[in-house]
Amino acid sequence: MSTASLVSQLVDTFKAQGRIVIVGASLGGLRAAEALRKKGFRGQLTIIGDEPHEPYDRPPLSKQVLKGWVPADHTKLPRLRPVDADWRLGVAAVGLDRSNRQVLLANGEKVDYDRLLIATGTRARPWFNPEQAALKGLFTVRTCDDAAKLAAALRERPRRVLIVGSGFVGSEIASVCRDLDLPVTVAERGKAPLVGALGGVIGDIAAKMQIDAGVDLRTGVAVQRLDGDADGHVRAARLSDGTVLEVDVVVASLGSIRNVEWLEGAQLASGFWGVACDAGCRAFDINGVVTDNIFVAGDVARAPHVLYEYEFMSQEHWDNAVFGAEVAANNMISLEMGRRPHLPLPSFWSGQFGVNIKSVGVCSFGDEIVFTQGSITQRRFAAAYGYRGRIVGAVTFNHGKWLPYYASLIEQSAPFPPPPPGYDRPAIFEPMPARFPDPREPTAIPDVVLTGHDPTSRGAEFRPRSR
Amino acid sequence: MDAETAWAEAMKFENRPNPYPYFEQLRKTPVAKVADKTYVVTGYPELLALAHDPRISSDISRSPSGFGGDKPEPEPGSEHMQAYGREASIIVSDPPDHDRARRQVMRHFGPPHSPDLMPSMEPLVVQLANDLLDKVKARGNSRFDVVEDFAYRIPVAVICKILGVPVEDEPMFHAWIFDFMMGTDLGPEGSTAEGRALAEKGRASTAALLAYLGDLVQRYSKTPGEALLSKLLHDDGPDGPMSVKETTSNAMLLLVAGHDSTVNTITNCVMTLLRNPGSWDLVRHRPELIPRTIEEVQRLQSAVQFFPSRSATADIEIGGTVIPAGSAVHLIYAAANRDPRRFDNPDRFDPLREDNEHFGWGSGIHTCMGGPLARLEVNLALEIFVRRVESPKLVVDPPPYRHNQVFRGPRHLWVDFAAIAD
Repeated sequence: MSTASLVSQLVDTFKAQGRIVIVGASLGGLRAAEALRKKGFRGQLTIIGDEPHEPYDRPPLSKQVLKGWVPADHTKLPRLRPVDADWRLGVAAVGLDRSNRQVLLANGEKVDYDRLLIATGTRARPWFNPEQAALKGLFTVRTCDDAAKLAAALRERPRRVLIVGSGFVGSEIASVCRDLDLPVTVAERGKAPLVGALGGVIGDIAAKMQIDAGVDLRTGVAVQRLDGDADGHVRAARLSDGTVLEVDVVVASLGSIRNVEWLEGAQLASGFWGVACDAGCRAFDINGVVTDNIFVAGDVARAPHVLYEYEFMSQEHWDNAVFGAEVAANNMISLEMGRRPHLPLPSFWSGQFGVNIKSVGVCSFGDEIVFTQGSITQRRFAAAYGYRGRIVGAVTFNHGKWLPYYASLIEQSAPFPPPPPGYDRPAIFEPMPARFPDPREPTAIPDVVLTGHDPTSRGAEFRPRSR
Repeated sequence: MDAETAWAEAMKFENRPNPYPYFEQLRKTPVAKVADKTYVVTGYPELLALAHDPRISSDISRSPSGFGGDKPEPEPGSEHMQAYGREASIIVSDPPDHDRARRQVMRHFGPPHSPDLMPSMEPLVVQLANDLLDKVKARGNSRFDVVEDFAYRIPVAVICKILGVPVEDEPMFHAWIFDFMMGTDLGPEGSTAEGRALAEKGRASTAALLAYLGDLVQRYSKTPGEALLSKLLHDDGPDGPMSVKETTSNAMLLLVAGHDSTVNTITNCVMTLLRNPGSWDLVRHRPELIPRTIEEVQRLQSAVQFFPSRSATADIEIGGTVIPAGSAVHLIYAAANRDPRRFDNPDRFDPLREDNEHFGWGSGIHTCMGGPLARLEVNLALEIFVRRVESPKLVVDPPPYRHNQVFRGPRHLWVDFAAIAD
């Protein structure tokens, strides 16, 4: 029998009898499982998730759920097809034994795999002081349990809500508070909201939106400590400028931490920025050599992107999880010629203060911005980001229907600035510095981050960080 | 065949039942010059790009096509396309006016401010569809015209109710709209003696329709009513009320677009299913496939084949062609919907087709705002049709077509049937 037919027989056997384990039971994990079945994988499929819930959708948690429109347990993801999987929910994966191809679970069980998909995503960064973190009335928003608790607290009509951090999630929650007519203070260490992802020019617009909506926005300040009452309920927050705020609810919106600790010792290229993989979702080992049987998708993955000088990029975006999962699934059961790259143009959306914000590309890769359409004062506009004479990202405020135009310009690495529109031209059609913060400046980490690569470093070794 | 000839053929009345072979010819040059200062776009990626390109204007007064009026020599037979452009209705205007007007209308038409309006039309559509089939049944013969006896009545009743146009005036404006449609000929026949006569009649009827709607809007401006036209005039929303003139223009747009293209879509659905007996049975047994069927029919038959309002405001290089600034740019949705680069077996009707992102409802900021309403109407009408009309057969295929190239659809669609179920 020829080698080719032997290999193809092997693929068929794997599809019929192989064992695939997916660690992570959220959007990426579910969509990968569905894609595997759709593409003909009939073997054993196990899905491991640390939360007890069936896969659910997270974007509504900081919006419709907090507003009280949708109960927190009503955002279950639609199922696209039956997945016929062994669901291990409510039990976290705590280790990976690559030699024996086993995932170790928190309850001591071991799950065998032939191929593994890592889709463990991220978690909310907790309050930095463990003692204060235990205070009642302090929340993060990442899970549906988080959202349920915060929604309940908002229903109690707190005297004031303090939101620490003004990335997208923090800003969306501030917007909901104002919709609910709750007094809210936003404390941001950077110069303006959203600066990490969109830069200071857009950040100033976002700041004005908050102020106009009645948010008590304080930038350039950190929250130094939280004080509780006798019942252990948060009642006051002390800011770095000496101000003390009386608050009943504090939301720590400090960005996310990638769930990679369980991979310690597994000799994979995992770390602070996630698990490095190739553009086909195959994980790299600690030496940067691609593995055969371990795949990565979703928030926890970081892969080189052709459009962005092959820098390794992590994308904490909804559709990155969906498309990454589909590509990973395909590549898990395909030979070389059947493999596909996962090279999405990053895109995300946000809803806050009555404005629909959408973006494509990687705005923070740029250093210049030009308003291309609409009106800044009316908060309906499109703006493009440039880097060395080419367009690398775009953002729209209430102008989302134009986004495909910018997406195609970015895909083609079209010149920056783009040509002026035939109508509705902004008052100023001149590129200006986009004012992204110095990476050393304290601010929220943007959702798309460039994690770079350093070809000069030799000898791979990761030293487990203390947790 | 050169592009100019292919375009002329596609626009000829004799080719109305099937202009697609000529669109296929045209697509060899996805962006092709077909006349002086006129380009047609027949390729999918090229159309997608141009539908979102802010250098493409929909302001008809900027187009050299002459449809916008105020041009020395408008294209013969097409002058009253300007009826759409007289006071710049939504479809022939650019941002920011377009965005503002569309917001004003949407406030009273769809979510988030008026989420219940469209769903509230369901009982009316269901009752109408059933009544119409009851009437056919009561006539006792075994043949009926899907257009006149069924499809036409439903959208016109719905759009009248939504706008606040008295449905008893329908016979009057039906004739005007008919003339208007007949008088719009973008093909070679527009310049014949007959074409000119039709154009003249169309012009007169357009004027009559505008006058009628103008009077109606005037009345609502003085005496408020419950429906959309009145609400536009008395809006206290962030964009304020709409002027009488602008309301009249948009009333014209919504009345015409809101029923003619929906009639064609219902008819196209019935026709396409009956051309594919296997599909008829499939959909009859699985009515949950109707929404996908509608999309697939819309891809194949595109009730609005193109809309000749756009022009280039700058030189645009696309698909190997440079469109010079100032040229009319016709985005041919119907042609791009059969681009084999985007759709496998593009001429094949496949109600199970995946990833069917067609241009049957347009693309970009001018995407059909009535699409959700049309989908509801067509869905309900078709569901009742497939359930009640037993063993239907097309009598004449292809059926006779309407004159109009933009709103292309059968003039009649005779169907023989075995029985009409209760």
